[in-house]
Order: sequence, then structure tokens, then C-alpha cells
Amino acid sequence: MAAVLALTAVGLNLVFGVMRVVNVAHGEFFMLGAIGAWFVTQYLPVPAAMAWIAALVIAPLAVGAIAALADVTVLKRLKYDPEATIVATIGLLYIFQQAALSFYGPDARPVAPPFHLRLQLPWFGYSGYKLFVVVAAAVILLGVWLMMTRTRAGLVMRATQVDRETARNFGIDVDRVYAGTFALGAALAAAAAVLIVPIQQAHYLMGHDPLLLSFIVVIIGGLGSLRGTLVAALIIGLSDGVISMFFSPTLAKIIATLAVALVLVFRPQGLFGAKE
Amino acid sequence: MTGGARIWALHLALVAVLFAALFVLPTYHATNLARIMVLAVFAMGYNLAFGYTGLLSLGHAMFFAAGMFAMGLPTWHWGWGGGPALLLGLVAGGAMAGAVGLLALRTAGVSFMIVTLMFAQAGYLTILYFGQVTGGDEGFVVEAAARSLFGFDLSSDVPRYLAALALFATALAGCLWLVRSPFGRVMVAMRENEERSRMLGYDPFRVKLAALVISGLYAGAAGAAYGLLFGYVGGSFATIQYSILPLLYVLLGGAGTVLGPFLGALAMFYLIDITSGFTSAWLFFVGAALVLLILFAPKGILGTIRERGARWLP
Repeated sequence: MAAVLALTAVGLNLVFGVMRVVNVAHGEFFMLGAIGAWFVTQYLPVPAAMAWIAALVIAPLAVGAIAALADVTVLKRLKYDPEATIVATIGLLYIFQQAALSFYGPDARPVAPPFHLRLQLPWFGYSGYKLFVVVAAAVILLGVWLMMTRTRAGLVMRATQVDRETARNFGIDVDRVYAGTFALGAALAAAAAVLIVPIQQAHYLMGHDPLLLSFIVVIIGGLGSLRGTLVAALIIGLSDGVISMFFSPTLAKIIATLAVALVLVFRPQGLFGAKE
Repeated sequence: MTGGARIWALHLALVAVLFAALFVLPTYHATNLARIMVLAVFAMGYNLAFGYTGLLSLGHAMFFAAGMFAMGLPTWHWGWGGGPALLLGLVAGGAMAGAVGLLALRTAGVSFMIVTLMFAQAGYLTILYFGQVTGGDEGFVVEAAARSLFGFDLSSDVPRYLAALALFATALAGCLWLVRSPFGRVMVAMRENEERSRMLGYDPFRVKLAALVISGLYAGAAGAAYGLLFGYVGGSFATIQYSILPLLYVLLGGAGTVLGPFLGALAMFYLIDITSGFTSAWLFFVGAALVLLILFAPKGILGTIRERGARWLP
């Protein structure tokens, strides 16, 4: 759970860090990824495992394309004004949700995992697929990190993050960077959803919880700080289970949301955030 | 006519038209209009915070629900009458806004939106958590005995419409008076340039807190009236959707205009009413309306009219 949460939250934070946009529709990209995975596995005439792997490629690409389109048609025209973009992404949230409801329907549908494997440790059995999810999420995160630190695209993104105007003066096409970042953030959420969908089910309202949790993770980890996000995702993902063992899930959520609000009020840079 | 007289005449005319509408409209639309007027009061409160003071809150559902539950719970558990319960709802909305404001106003901009959103979410979950007291997700029906005010039965159509109109007219007059008062000017100054207002000797925190409390009073009154007039109190009124509705109304009608919230509520209510007649996809229209508004008409209907000539509109 923590691994998938980290993927989703890193996507959200990437968008915030580079573009200064709080993407309220992020959970819907997660949902679209899961539903995309269902459509791919349902209609691709290949064995289940192959179809799932195809979904892992196709769904994030498709969701990324939708996100890039949304960026170019809506967010760019708002000149990335923070408050206007929040209103616009709330609008997008409703549109995506309704689209999913209309074309996919109100039921939750399962997606078959690519393989069934049960690791039998001496004390307890463990689903092999869950371990695979952790590994896969870690690989994708490593890929993102390598891209941000080692490649030209990452360099360009970080340059844009530090100073949009100077980056533009150096001949960087800032609009393209933004569209790419928004697409990448959405694709990460979609990839997380494809990974999780064999465990959970695809449902048109499933974007709500990941959004809230990602917000919590990003805020606790520090807005714009990728390393903080990872640490916070691990802590929250693991502690969520622990807290819900002692309290009812509703109470756990109340505590978590209040904690986030108070962190934002008293330590806006996040618990592990970089100094401004 | 002088500017002031013209403005008051316009708003009085609207109230008069709404009064006349009771005798002209069929019952179905009259009930709709009563609902719209109560929601417009909610939106007016939202507008005082967002449109005039520049506080984009995503937590107003909490103030609305605070008013609604502060009205509903005493009538349910202790058999209070409608009048005192309504007053308690009004106060609860303001008190809740004050408490949230004390914390949330230490932040600004995007953080303020997220903090209010989180508080509202916590408020909603609290209502669910104490489901035995609050009725939780299912809510409860307000007792018929409590649904009367000064001897009028609020569950029948005509008194209900008049009560909604009375609330609306009071709120409208209060709002108009407030934004034309010196304090209203200071609120706008906060929106336009906080630093400069601070230089002029105003305390931004206190001004914003006061604006938020007034906004909460409006939301609380609207929530209490909604529960009392339509006889149902439920946790669903505390969900984020009810924070976004007033934002939508205000954006559509025109942020920072006195009549904008009512116009926005009216237009949006009938947009949903008509579209849901032939498609169940009304959520799509809400989303599309939000995106299109923020893209092409960020000033809303009245804001655009004001820009195009009628500069005297308050």
C-alpha cells in the first residue's frame, strides 16, 4: 500500500513542484488508470498476464495524453494561476467522474492479477503479487528519480521549477515542459492504479481516497520535495494500518486530516521539508 | 436618482418581484425558488469571504452543516422549537467559522484552501463518527412540531416561501449595507493588496477573521433554514460538494457582486434541473460549467455586465 501511495503522491508532488499547480483531479487520473486497465484486459485478445502488462503500458500513456490535453486546453490558458487552476481541476474532477460513470458504469469490477503465487514463509503466507507491486513501484520510482537527476529532460524540468522566466530565456519551451510534467504526474497515478487494481477493484469513485492520502503525504513530506514525499508515504502507508488497528477507520481518518491541517498551519514547509 | 438610491431601488425591486412570484408561479417552481433563495443566502456568505475579501475557502460546507445540525439536533433530542433552534444554527455557523479562521487564517492562498478543505473533511467524518447522535449518513427528519415560526407552519408552501424570502431579503440588505460600509471597503482592500492595507494601519488578520465569521453566520443561517424549511438534516450536507456549490454559484453569478450569488444559484439550479430531465449526467454539466467559467468568464455574469457599462452595480 505504501509503495502505491508513494507513486501517486510523487506524481502529485511533481506537478506541484514544477508547475505550482495543486491538481485536485489527481485522484481521477488514478481512477482512469484503473478503469483503463479494466478495458485493456477485457478487450485485448491475449492471455491475462500479457494483457495486464499491456495495460501497465497503455493505461498510463492514455491517461498521460488526456492530462496533456487538459493542460494545453485549460490550465495553460489560466496562466497557471494557483487559485484558478484549483477551480478548473475541480471541474475536471467532475467531468472525469461523470465520464467514468457514463461509459463504465457504477459497479466495481475486478481485474485478474497477472500471476498467482503465494510465498510460504515459515510464519505466514504472503501474496507474491503484493511483493511484486512493491518491487514494481520501486523500479518506477527509481526510473523517475534517474530521469530527474541524470537526463536532460529532468534537468530542464528542474530548471523550470527553480525559475520559469530564466528557463524561458535559455530557450526552454516552458509550455512543453509543463504539459509533459502534468502528463508524467498523471501517468504515475495511472501506473499506481494499474498496479493496485488486481488487489482492489476498479470503480468510478475510487479516486477519492488516493487523492486525500496523496495530499496528506505531500503536505507532511513537504510541498515540492520528492524525497520527503517518499519518506512520508512510507510512514503514512505503514502507520495507516497500525492506526486503524487501534481506532475505527473513521476516527483514524479524522485524526489524519486534522493532523494535516495543523501541519500546514504550523509547519508549512512540511515535517521533512526543505528550508525555503 | 443618486447612486445609493438607485442601488437600493434595484434590490428592493428584486425582493418585490420574488414576492409577486409566489402568486404567479406554480407550486413546483415556487418550492424551487424557496430552495434557491436559501442556497443564495449560503452563496452570499461565501461571496463575502471569497468575492470581497479574497479568501478562497473549500470548507464552507462545514459552516452550513454546523448551522443545520445546531438547529436540528436540539429539536430532535430536546424538543426545541423552530425559533431558538434557528438562532442557535446562525450562531453555530459563525462560531465554527471563527474557530477555523483562528487557525486557517495563519495560512494564505493555496494552503488556506487545503486547510479549510481538510477541516471540512474532518468535520464531515466527525458527523459520521458520532452517527448515533447525529444520524450519520442517513440523517434525520426534523419533527413537524419544530417546523413552525411565530405560529406559521413552515412545512406548507406559502409560509415556507415567505420565510425563505424574509431570510433572503434580510441577508441581501445586510450584505448590501456591509459592502457599502467602510468595513466593506477594507475587505476589498485586503483582496486587492494585503501589504498596502497593512501599511495603512489595518490588521489583515482581524479583518479577514471578521469577514470569515460574517460569512459563517450567513452559511449557518442558510443551513439552519434549509433544515427547518425542507425538514431534513443529514451528513451529506457536510460533504465537499456543498463547499463547491456556493463557489460555483458565486463564480457563475459574479464574484464580488451583491446580486451575483442569487443569479448564479438561480441559473445553476435550473441548469441542473433541466439537464437532469433528459440525462443523468448532470455532474458533467457542473464540471463543464466550472471549467468554462474559469476559462472564459472569470468575472461571472454580473461581473461582466459591470465591466461592460453598468459600473454602478454594487
